[in-house]
Amino acid sequence: MIEVKDLTKKYGETAVVDHISFTVGDGEILGFLGPNGAGKSTTMNILTGYLSSTSGTAKIAGIDILEDPIEAKKHIGYLPEHPPLYLDMTVKEYLDFMYDLKKVTGNRKEQIMEICRQVKIDHVYGRAIKNLSKGYRQRVGIAQALLGSPDILILDEPTVGLDPKQIIDIRTLIKELGEKHTVILSSHILPEVQAVCERVIVINRGKLVADDTPDNLSRAMSTDHKLVLRVDGPEEEVYRLLAKIPGMLEVAKLGVREDGVYDFSVEAKKGEDIRREIFKRLAERSWPILSMRSSELTLEDIFLQLVDDSAGKPSGGEKDEK
Amino acid sequence: MLAILRREFSAYFRSPIGYIYLAVFYIFSGFFFFTNNLYSGYSSITGVYSSLFSIIMFLIPILTMRLMSEDKKQKTDQALLTAPISLFSLVMGKFLAALCVFCMGLAVTLVYAFVIAIFTTVAWSVVFGNLIGTILLATALIAIGMFISTLTENQVIAAVGGFAVMLFLMLIDNLKNVVTNTLLQKIVTGVSFYERYTGFVMGKFNYADAVFYLSVAAIFIFLTIRVIERRRWS
Repeated sequence: MIEVKDLTKKYGETAVVDHISFTVGDGEILGFLGPNGAGKSTTMNILTGYLSSTSGTAKIAGIDILEDPIEAKKHIGYLPEHPPLYLDMTVKEYLDFMYDLKKVTGNRKEQIMEICRQVKIDHVYGRAIKNLSKGYRQRVGIAQALLGSPDILILDEPTVGLDPKQIIDIRTLIKELGEKHTVILSSHILPEVQAVCERVIVINRGKLVADDTPDNLSRAMSTDHKLVLRVDGPEEEVYRLLAKIPGMLEVAKLGVREDGVYDFSVEAKKGEDIRREIFKRLAERSWPILSMRSSELTLEDIFLQLVDDSAGKPSGGEKDEK
Repeated sequence: MLAILRREFSAYFRSPIGYIYLAVFYIFSGFFFFTNNLYSGYSSITGVYSSLFSIIMFLIPILTMRLMSEDKKQKTDQALLTAPISLFSLVMGKFLAALCVFCMGLAVTLVYAFVIAIFTTVAWSVVFGNLIGTILLATALIAIGMFISTLTENQVIAAVGGFAVMLFLMLIDNLKNVVTNTLLQKIVTGVSFYERYTGFVMGKFNYADAVFYLSVAAIFIFLTIRVIERRRWS
């Protein structure tokens, strides 16, 4: 459905997008992950024909976006980072306008109302967009992307600025949409991508550093060897005991939590599973473990790892061979 | 193109701009009509049109300042530029919307002609010649204003830039009295908007003048498209 090959975008000498290649199949939900300024939005803007690439090609449904932009754009519904809303219009007027602009055919009223129900904006249908909250504006933005039921939906950070309930709503909606459409969505929130996407592409500084399923990715980045413990026992002694466990790389005291209860962060050598050993040794001394959890997998961690991993290589993208 | 035309046209009347433009246009044209025709009892309407020249020059930037700059600022250009339409129809839609509002203002001069017709016979051919001349002038000026609006995302800058260019176009006529070099003089006379406009006002329909205005419009519409196109590549 989407074929991107060696896509590069340079502003002057700086490459914002640097030789990115990937393909997206029919009905796939692809997540674009990366920190701010990684080149996610730029890539999306190129795919939708808003910007043009310096070199490389992007094909939408087999059509090169530069060669036949009008035909290619017909296949795309796009929600940019800032929803492109005319604040002076009402939701109805705006969707009517976008319907005409996209040259959608069919029963106008029925289709618009159906989409409004889907993204739950039917009750603000007659209100001016400038009077809507950020969450509703975002949904109107999604609604306009859905007009004409395009094969491909490109959503740039669709859940930014929404409250937690709305975020769940939108995620569910995107999952539903993924059954009929090919979806690319970008995010800098890892759980979001994990919750919604079947495949994740990680971009950093314009380079593709990983292309895999979220599960594989987090397995590869597994932090089982990094734990946070809460132990009811004397701090110094527990610390010394933990440090003696074979395979232990590093133990750090995180301080007192409750009276006589201390937190520790421990890191084992890669590939070592020390959880059982920790339990056994602490149980021998009757120091109860109140909690043990893998330290949270943050995007920063993944990034640091991915970036570190790819640092020695001339360019990103090597990791994606499945 | 129609979708954009409709949206831009209605946008003029969603904000005060359209109303202010029309009000100011009606006030001044009414004033000229009063002094020229009603008060002095003069039947020829050409005086109204010739006085309108400077008013048009000053009002067109008001019409064109938001055409492109607002989209850029509000990022709505992303919707327009990722829609399956050509840049030409995008730009033409906006251009025609401004022209429509202009014509709404200009239409009032027809009312004046009808008022004159109550008292005496009106030289309708002169009225229509004037109308066409004014519209041709407006097409050129709107295209210039739209081009300036494309260069910035700030409406005020677009307006000030527009005023500056209009003022320059007005002052260019003074320049020809100063310039002694005959070639320069020819060029200055050649690009004079006023000179050609007075031709229409006098009731002369000169094809060369019509072609001049339309060419200016075409050039600036083309340039507008190029600037938008170039932005994608930069």
